Amino acid sequence: MPSVGVNEIKVDAIEKVTGKSKYVDDLHFSGQLHCKVVFSRVARGKIESIDTSEALRIDGVVDVITVDDVPGNNMTHIIYDDYPLFADGEVKFAGQIVAVVLGETPESADMGRDAVSITYEEEKPVLTIQEGIAPGAPLIYSGDNIFKRYRIVKGDFKKAFEEADIIIENEYYTGYQEHAYIETQGMMAVPGHDGSMIVYGAMQCPFYVHDMVSKVLNLPASKVRIVQTVTGGAFGGKEDVPSLVASVAAVAAYKTGRPCKLMLHRNEDIISTSKRHPAWMKYRTAADKEGNILGIDVDFYMDAGAYATLSPVVLWRGTVHALGPYRCENVRVRTYAVATNKVPCGAFRGFGSPQIIFASEAQMDILAEKVGKDPFEIRKQNALNLGEETITGQKLNQSFGLHKVMDEAFEKSGWAEKRPMWGFEHGEGDIRKGIGVSSIFYGVGLGAGGKNMAKAGAFVQIYGDGSLSFAVGTTDMGQGMRTVLSQIASDEMGIPIEEIYCQSTDTSRIPDSGPTVASRATTMSGNAIIDACTQIKERMAVMAARILEAKPDELEFEDGKVFVRRIPDIFILFKDLAKRCAMEKVHMTAQGWFDTPFVSYNEENGQGWAYFVYAYACNVAEITIDLKTGEITVDRITAAHDVGKAINPQLVEGQIEGGSLQGMGYGVMEDILHDEKGRIVNTGLSTYIIPSIIDAPEMVPIIVEEEFPEGPYGAKGFGEQPLMGVAPAIACAVAHATGAHPDRTPMIPERILEWIEKKGG
Amino acid sequence: MDKIEVTFTVNEKKVTVKTAPDKPLLDVLREDLLLTGTKQGCRTGECGACTVLLDSKTVNSCLVFAGQMEGREVVTIEGIANGDKLHPLQEALIEEGAVQCGFCIPGIIISAKDLLDKNAEPDEKEIKEALAGNLCRCTGYSKIVKAVQSSAEKIRESADN
Ligand code: FES
Ligand code: FES
Repeated sequence: MPSVGVNEIKVDAIEKVTGKSKYVDDLHFSGQLHCKVVFSRVARGKIESIDTSEALRIDGVVDVITVDDVPGNNMTHIIYDDYPLFADGEVKFAGQIVAVVLGETPESADMGRDAVSITYEEEKPVLTIQEGIAPGAPLIYSGDNIFKRYRIVKGDFKKAFEEADIIIENEYYTGYQEHAYIETQGMMAVPGHDGSMIVYGAMQCPFYVHDMVSKVLNLPASKVRIVQTVTGGAFGGKEDVPSLVASVAAVAAYKTGRPCKLMLHRNEDIISTSKRHPAWMKYRTAADKEGNILGIDVDFYMDAGAYATLSPVVLWRGTVHALGPYRCENVRVRTYAVATNKVPCGAFRGFGSPQIIFASEAQMDILAEKVGKDPFEIRKQNALNLGEETITGQKLNQSFGLHKVMDEAFEKSGWAEKRPMWGFEHGEGDIRKGIGVSSIFYGVGLGAGGKNMAKAGAFVQIYGDGSLSFAVGTTDMGQGMRTVLSQIASDEMGIPIEEIYCQSTDTSRIPDSGPTVASRATTMSGNAIIDACTQIKERMAVMAARILEAKPDELEFEDGKVFVRRIPDIFILFKDLAKRCAMEKVHMTAQGWFDTPFVSYNEENGQGWAYFVYAYACNVAEITIDLKTGEITVDRITAAHDVGKAINPQLVEGQIEGGSLQGMGYGVMEDILHDEKGRIVNTGLSTYIIPSIIDAPEMVPIIVEEEFPEGPYGAKGFGEQPLMGVAPAIACAVAHATGAHPDRTPMIPERILEWIEKKGG
Repeated sequence: MDKIEVTFTVNEKKVTVKTAPDKPLLDVLREDLLLTGTKQGCRTGECGACTVLLDSKTVNSCLVFAGQMEGREVVTIEGIANGDKLHPLQEALIEEGAVQCGFCIPGIIISAKDLLDKNAEPDEKEIKEALAGNLCRCTGYSKIVKAVQSSAEKIRESADN
């Protein structure tokens, strides 16, 4: 019985439903200290003094740590080397780490934190993109406050605009989004007796953590070990930030020689950790009178916050996704990551693409209206066909499910019946129903922007009893990687999934496998496991061939047996073979490895083979709006996704449903707000509102499988795209229900009323 | 603040702890009794991850204090299964694929169990109301609703037999 393609239950589900899973805050080491961070309350300024004397007098306070205690590099490396772990003489955002109090108990650490007194010479902070790029703006970064810029130039966009029948020109704004994983960030650093350091914690990217901890402590990388604990959600929020949290805990552990736990409370997590970048977009579209896109001219600004962190690569993905999966020969895209005095933004499911997709899909809706076509039709008409080129000049030549997802979503949502019956023109009183669509594509993996990290390892070991354990360098933060990879290992060796054990991800077990981001775990680690299993099978097959008097290359591993192809009666049980191999010292462990297929990118003109494959999705959103109050309810989301191959369809559905709801939150409710001094004001879950079960719409997940030949069993990975197209589909539905086109997220009632009013006037 | 001694019942076992009276029940459970299945997502009553049953009612254990605990009865996630035999809710959540990161799940199970104990045949609206205080950022909730429905059915069936 194959396991791939089956809804195997999650390998770690039982411990999760019984409360036995150990998340980082559940770890306890004897003699542990508790860390409490003192964050800057000032968004921009010089630190005049840090007075810890009061804090140190408090019973139970053991130490207070500042930049002076960092044994190695305080300046951390993420992409640039610009982010000081501890503020060093100045602060650039409210929420920056200034000091850390170590207490015998959480309570004493808390009291100590309140007793540390810091004085600043405050300066006026830069709080918006516009302020950041204004001539004469205070400098936060280098010469012009721009961390990174990209451009795409293709064809002749000027000519396209000259020759166009229709030109659509608009500005769009998208707001912040906070990850709001229910488990906040935390780390436990445990010093070894031999000068080594182990750090346990919630994370996506153990190798990033490893690198930063060893540099901050000035320890050889060989003496550092990072272990991922069960992680309570991440969504990109545990990509780069855990390296900082771990390094702070590690400095504390290094100095005191005691295990140190650092758990951020919700408000601390919200003020100090990364978010989705707010964005400002100027989008021009040229089209002929049939509604065919002739050219685009796009300026895309992201509010990066005070330090570069991941902004350059987030910006790159946004750049490449500046137009959805549509045909367009003439392109100019200019993109900028702008420094401001706010918390650094970073990775969040979709990674720079949801912002620009919101704008580009809104343009499609307006285009449809201008030429008198249905929004679905205009998208179908412009949708790329197999063999056609993206705006970066990449030919889409395989695993191309775009038209299938569109057709499926059209069918299953009942678009053809609902669209003409609903809308602003139809309905009674103030209540209107609307239905909207978006179609998107998503470059899978790191792409050319991160090709040096695009590799992954796996370690597989077979035991004498026939069971198998494996370790990989990518992580499970809830999405189900452990299960999916167990299914792949199960099918590779032809043994039941119950015989398989996935080790926790630990940097001492596995070579650097890059980050777990960009929907890459299944493809990368899956292929590395296949590689390792193949090596072991080759060796075991030699032994099996001897026993069965056959040739090794005639043997199949399936159903717990090893048998001769075409003569399945001649077999040996896998268990018996494993036992025999163990006795005769056959080497039953292997390191697997996978390198990404070819990708390329030319920074001059933005042309190249940006990603090795794309995943496709089409979303249809159905909403109800009260025209009087602007109140919006999302009733139903139909989400069709081409995933290559669903190794575990139920987990894929889970990703679609969860991602769609996050996308809905992004579209209609979530935003981070600052006061005039640049401090975040909504620092809790009752003020930063995420969708509750009451808000959850009916979900119709649809899986489309256009196999990706280079992916494991045809899978191409897709954890991010469920979020990306939901806000645009809702915007399209809002336009349907109100006759007014949204130009901003979140689409909250006040704004909806504004749009309606503007349209009326 | 001086410590006090409080005695109460957790998962049918009597316990006595010496603690500050203003220590949240959540911390007493996790730190003093090493019952770490109850989770902390906010400490301010906003996420529901710390939900436990207190005298057969759901509460956010981060908002209940040790000083209020004398003589009371608590059920946590560790008290839901019967030895190795999972509660039907736990089984259904697994079968429906409703568990992702799992961090919200103990709280969800407690809230749902409370509902099913009081209402054997809840409709979708009642399920949603019962779980309105339990935030989940991973699943989109639809598989959670299905799991509560299917476990309610299972419980009714086994009661009929
Ligand atoms: S921790 Fe108690 S409600 Fe969030
Ligand atoms: S499963 Fe992750 S928060 Fe619910």
